[in-house]
Amino acid sequence: MPLVVARDLVKRFGSLTAVDRISFSVERGEVVGFLGPNGAGKSTAMRIISGFMEPTSGQAWIDGHDSHTDPIAARRRLGYLPEGAPAYADMTVGAFLEFIASMHGMTKPQANARLAELVDRVDLADVWNQRIESLSKGFKRRVAIAQALVHDPDALILDEPTDGLDPIQKYEMRDLIRSIAPHKAIIISTHILEEVEAVCTRAIIIAKGRMLADATPAELLSRAPGHGTLALALATADPQGAIDILSKHPGVGRVDVVQRVNGVTRIAIRTAKTRPSTDEITSLLGRSNIAVTEFYMERATLDDVFRHITIHGSEN
Amino acid sequence: MRPALLVFRREFAAYFSTPVAAVFLIVFLALAAGMTFLVSGFFDRGQADLSGFFFWHPWLFLVLMPAIAMRLWAEERRSGTIEILMTLPVESWQIVLGKWLAAWAFAALALVLTMPLWITVNLLGSPDNGVILSSYIGSWLMAGAFLALAAAISALTKSQVLAFIAATAVSFLFVMAGFDLVISAVRQWAPGFVIDAVRSMSFFANFQHITDGVLELPSIIFFVSLIAFSLWLNVRIIEIKKAA
Repeated sequence: MPLVVARDLVKRFGSLTAVDRISFSVERGEVVGFLGPNGAGKSTAMRIISGFMEPTSGQAWIDGHDSHTDPIAARRRLGYLPEGAPAYADMTVGAFLEFIASMHGMTKPQANARLAELVDRVDLADVWNQRIESLSKGFKRRVAIAQALVHDPDALILDEPTDGLDPIQKYEMRDLIRSIAPHKAIIISTHILEEVEAVCTRAIIIAKGRMLADATPAELLSRAPGHGTLALALATADPQGAIDILSKHPGVGRVDVVQRVNGVTRIAIRTAKTRPSTDEITSLLGRSNIAVTEFYMERATLDDVFRHITIHGSEN
Repeated sequence: MRPALLVFRREFAAYFSTPVAAVFLIVFLALAAGMTFLVSGFFDRGQADLSGFFFWHPWLFLVLMPAIAMRLWAEERRSGTIEILMTLPVESWQIVLGKWLAAWAFAALALVLTMPLWITVNLLGSPDNGVILSSYIGSWLMAGAFLALAAAISALTKSQVLAFIAATAVSFLFVMAGFDLVISAVRQWAPGFVIDAVRSMSFFANFQHITDGVLELPSIIFFVSLIAFSLWLNVRIIEIKKAA
């Protein structure tokens, strides 16, 4: 059985269906990104899997233990970072993490050994004796992450682990997630798409409580319209000549002007059948003295995929 | 039990992490002393006992105990730490018990700090120290009942203010249960045994039985079972809120 399994999770708040039949599973070594706009139901789904909230229907298991009928066993194997990275503001970092360790049943020596290791990993040594309320956002987030890692759980659910961090802190956080990923099953939620590409092995797109896609980031990218289009930059402000020439090529369907900046024009070649080779294009345009300064493949961003999928509904 | 004790330790320390504890203790001591000396006329009565002191406890606790307990759960909900707490591998009742114990220990501290009064009456005369001791124990039990009620109410909301107001209102009904204000409202429609039941739930009357002399067993049982019921209710509220 995979480490984390969710089956047909449904959560209704009155007439609102926040989570609508969500099913998926996460194996050890996988990092699954929960991707969706705000209010999509990501946090609600995570709360249900962690056992904090009861579903209207459906079940969730952590390492084979139902998070509602066998919650203690499930929670022992789970590290959970709730939305907003809460922590007891009036405690020092050290006291807080020692409290969490002891609540996980660790003895004082066990806790000390584990925390000593964790402090380096999450880089909290400098603020160990500071009260949590006095910390910067980045440190607060790290404290909350450390809290989820104290008992070295097999499964991790991290609700927006990089929210509100500056670029360097984001980079470090992703590094941390990547470094622990091989030994754990990890679910992270985010609305930052680059994050999915940076750390996730799989992405699940959720909108209005429904799962719209479950695929690797590469698969998702390939679904985006325009992904893999050949584009070129021309050293001219007037691309009409080039467009006329290229349009005559049998492999070319349409040529679009993408951008005109500082006397350089970027055009994209939408291919009909076979794409003309770059050599072919260079010589075709060279005959009319149009210089190609750059060739590149248009790369769809996950933003494009995301917009495409959330607007056009479900998979395919 | 270990998780309950760990929660107890964390919560008890939390009272002292801000000046609120000191302010609370000063207010409690000032009010208790003010009532005893100014309103009850401690010196004018010419009696070496503390009945003028204990008389005010139901009224003082009515406001002060909800103030101690209001943050227990509401603050966790507001800050989101409840998600961390409730996903730790411990039972809900252990957390409920630990939190209440911390508040109860804080109330004990407040009572212990009134000990100079006890010493004073012993210097001035020869009071019945057995009555005073049983009154202290009774007062502490009553404080426990106020706190358990207020803690359960605190679990309903993320607003400490709301928790305080609601807990004070409910506590007021319990304090007044023996008085006409409450009884007359019940008398209209309820049969006799219900009226008796309501009257027997009066904090004021039950506490008076204890301060009147011996530690009376039915009153002790009343406070202890109300504490147990409120803690059970607290656990149920936590569980029901999960499904809401």
